[in-house]
Amino acid sequence: MSDKDFVLAVEGLTVSFDGFKAVNDFSFYVEENEIRVIIGPNGAGKTTVLDLICGKTKSTEGSIKFCGKELTKMSEHGIVHAGVGRKFQNPSVYEDLTVFENLELSYPKGRNVFGALTFKRSQEVLDAIQETAEMVFLVEMLDKSAALLSHGQKQWLEIGMLLIQNPSLLMLDEPVAGMSVAERKKTAELLRKITKDRSVIVIEHDMNFVADIADRVTVMHQGKLLSEGSMNHVQNDPKVVEVYLGH
Amino acid sequence: MFDGYTASELTAIFAMQGFAGLILFSVFVLMALGLAIIFGQMGVINMAHGEFMILGAYITYLTSIFFETFLPSLYGIYFFVAMILAFFAAGSLGAFVEWALIRRLYKRPLDTLLATWGLSLILQQIYRSVFGAREKGVSLPDWLMGSIPVTDLVEIPINGIFVMCLTLVVTLGVYYLMQRSQWGAKVRAVVQNRPMASAVGINTSMVDRMTFALGCGIAGVAGSAFTMIGSTGPTSGQLYIVDTFMVVVFGGAANLLGTIASAFTISQAQTILEFFLSGSIAKVLTLGLVVGILMLRPQGLFVLKIRK
Amino acid sequence: MTNSSPQRLLTPKEIGSYAFLALILLVVLPMSMDVFRLNLVGKYLSYTFVAMSLVLCWGYGGILSLGQGIFFGLGGYCMAMFLKLEASSPENTAIQSTPGIPDFMDWNQLTALPWFWEPFNNLGLTLLAVVLVPGLFAFVIALAMFKRRVGGVYFAIITQAVAAILTILIVGSQGMTGGINGITDLRTLLGWDIRTDDAKFILYFVCVFFLFASLLLCQFILKSKLGRLLVAVRDTEERVRFSGYNVDNFKIFVFTFAAMLSAIGGAMFTLQVGFMSPSFVGIVPSIEMVIFCAVGGRLSLFGAVYGVLLVNFAKTTLSEAMPEVWLFALGALFIAVVSIFPDGLAGLYKTYLEPTVDKIFGPLYKKFKQILPSRGSAVKSN
Repeated sequence: MSDKDFVLAVEGLTVSFDGFKAVNDFSFYVEENEIRVIIGPNGAGKTTVLDLICGKTKSTEGSIKFCGKELTKMSEHGIVHAGVGRKFQNPSVYEDLTVFENLELSYPKGRNVFGALTFKRSQEVLDAIQETAEMVFLVEMLDKSAALLSHGQKQWLEIGMLLIQNPSLLMLDEPVAGMSVAERKKTAELLRKITKDRSVIVIEHDMNFVADIADRVTVMHQGKLLSEGSMNHVQNDPKVVEVYLGH
Repeated sequence: MFDGYTASELTAIFAMQGFAGLILFSVFVLMALGLAIIFGQMGVINMAHGEFMILGAYITYLTSIFFETFLPSLYGIYFFVAMILAFFAAGSLGAFVEWALIRRLYKRPLDTLLATWGLSLILQQIYRSVFGAREKGVSLPDWLMGSIPVTDLVEIPINGIFVMCLTLVVTLGVYYLMQRSQWGAKVRAVVQNRPMASAVGINTSMVDRMTFALGCGIAGVAGSAFTMIGSTGPTSGQLYIVDTFMVVVFGGAANLLGTIASAFTISQAQTILEFFLSGSIAKVLTLGLVVGILMLRPQGLFVLKIRK
Repeated sequence: MTNSSPQRLLTPKEIGSYAFLALILLVVLPMSMDVFRLNLVGKYLSYTFVAMSLVLCWGYGGILSLGQGIFFGLGGYCMAMFLKLEASSPENTAIQSTPGIPDFMDWNQLTALPWFWEPFNNLGLTLLAVVLVPGLFAFVIALAMFKRRVGGVYFAIITQAVAAILTILIVGSQGMTGGINGITDLRTLLGWDIRTDDAKFILYFVCVFFLFASLLLCQFILKSKLGRLLVAVRDTEERVRFSGYNVDNFKIFVFTFAAMLSAIGGAMFTLQVGFMSPSFVGIVPSIEMVIFCAVGGRLSLFGAVYGVLLVNFAKTTLSEAMPEVWLFALGALFIAVVSIFPDGLAGLYKTYLEPTVDKIFGPLYKKFKQILPSRGSAVKSN
């Protein structure tokens, strides 16, 4: 298969911190409109893979091709402009601003200094904010300071901030951490809604949630690919069982 | 700039200036050690560090007066008493300041910087009110006076050797305390993971206070050593604070060996340049060089453990 | 929904704030003070440019510069160099061994004007230089630092080191800069004697004019999306970066803008006070300017103006009466302003006075709102 068929093609990705290889010769491919879940024990290198894709960490070796573009040499904002959005593990929103302003700042317009100075709240912007807020269940909160949101709502807000940019690849690091059961259900629903026209990579520990949303699952262990396939497949893979259940 | 010097003169100049640089290096190390402990381990910028040093210097001055007046026969050893007093005086003041001020500002490093600057102004004014604006010098005991001739051209002052030995002893002591002792292990544990350290029963706020006090105490000792080579005025500390910060930042905070290496580089560069150029240009070149290098290599030198 | 309703560049409340400040600066002070005191206020007002610049880059952007004196000083020196050259005409300096060059150059055995003084024969070039020299210098520092992701306390310490370097350089090269005394004995601006009472009176109003222009400009920036971005960067830089912004460029912009603003203050200082010296460049004045801003409230442009006036009045009064108390007071102010009232005067006003003021002026604001056409995008300041 050629790279073009994939939205994201990661090949031979390696990063070493002082000789320690957090990600070691890791390859995986994400197709269009696919929801891919990465699981693995703590320290398996899941978050580091996302860091490498979005440019937060520079790779030592390997390539990351996104829609045919090599990301490893691009700047962080360049990668975002190319269409990669990333949610962090700890919800990171702008707590000194309102929910409205959080979404407004994420709207992909006026991203340089001059553009930001002359940015106008056009009807288009207002509509996009309203629409996104509805999608992430935060319409009532638009005028509230983001600091007042619950942990789960902050997660939603951050997802909303990514959605308003309409990325073609969305990366979510533990999107349901700290959420109640009801909130988890809503989030799963949200994810299914937003993946209609984009690919999503999710890191998650909650197996029920994973089973609920995943098209395919990638299992990482000690920086390497351990297993890949459907949820059913990986759950029955003896290598996975060994890592998770121990000897 | 080498015109008019013969080769042997040049060697002698380099040797003498190199030695003068070593003395400056010793004071830098003593001051930077305390600062590096506080900054590196706690992430706190202490702009009043120079004033803690000057406190040590004034304590030494007072002790020398005391011995001169009441115990002239023991004048030879006054310095050791003074040094211990300076350590405890500066350390206690440090503990008090941590309790009253610093602990409220741990999550706001820039605010700590401003608050400690305010503290430094207050301390300066106290010194000025108590000791006067004029600089105070101490007279050295006999055994510290004079110098050892090495060759015809090169002479090494004894007080300089003494300051260097003192620095070596203090540095080794700090190294032992931070890296080998139970207490040092606690400090490092708190730096790496505060909630965890607290969970295993370490009194983290006490560790903070003692770390701050230790850093200030070492500054007090630095002040004692400072009286050996210069006189003390209310604002003497401020003159050194930027240099010392550059030493700490240049060496990479939290790294004692880096601090020592950078103190060595900066002090040597400055004293050797000073001989050939004017003092001010030497300083500009040294500071400019440090800033320049920091711009080029911040990642290698800025190894800061951030407080979580 | 307040957010999606159209917003104004200036709310009635803000127009009220401008009007009040204008009343004080344009009516009350000029009418109640003699020229000497008014000139002193003018001198203080030149610091407000620095305080406002710190509101932008420190209060909003989270970038603490301990070297604003650099830019204040550079702006002031550019202005002073022009005035000095005008004061050093060959006729005025006929008794020197080299007539036509500034007196301190002659004392230092210089026989020709150094090359970098040449452009300052021209007022147009000088006015450009007042803004561009500090701006360019700040741009280079910011470019080197922020592209390398140096920030926080490291940036603060490095700006301080740069201030130290610049001071030593100015003091050290006496023949070219006037050394520790600075550039003194400034007389005329294009033949207009700036030392007379009339001139001082006019210059005060010029300064107030620039002050209001700068206030409006700063407010425009803070109310634009850029202002909210600065807050966002202060909160969570990473999130802004991964929302597709080149954060470094925004920091470079705000730091450079702040430098230019400070420089205008420096030039106004030189014009009103009649000299410029290294004592306004170094570490101590730079950090003192931070306290002006902190006392006023690091998030309030108006607060910065009142903070400067208050601290400086206190300084003048106290250091005249009891010089030893002033340093204690200043030190205590530093400590109090970060540990007890971090939002400064503006914060105190908001908590205690504003509700009352709103009650009194509330109906008036409402009327205003109806009259004013709504326009543009704006949002409540943070």
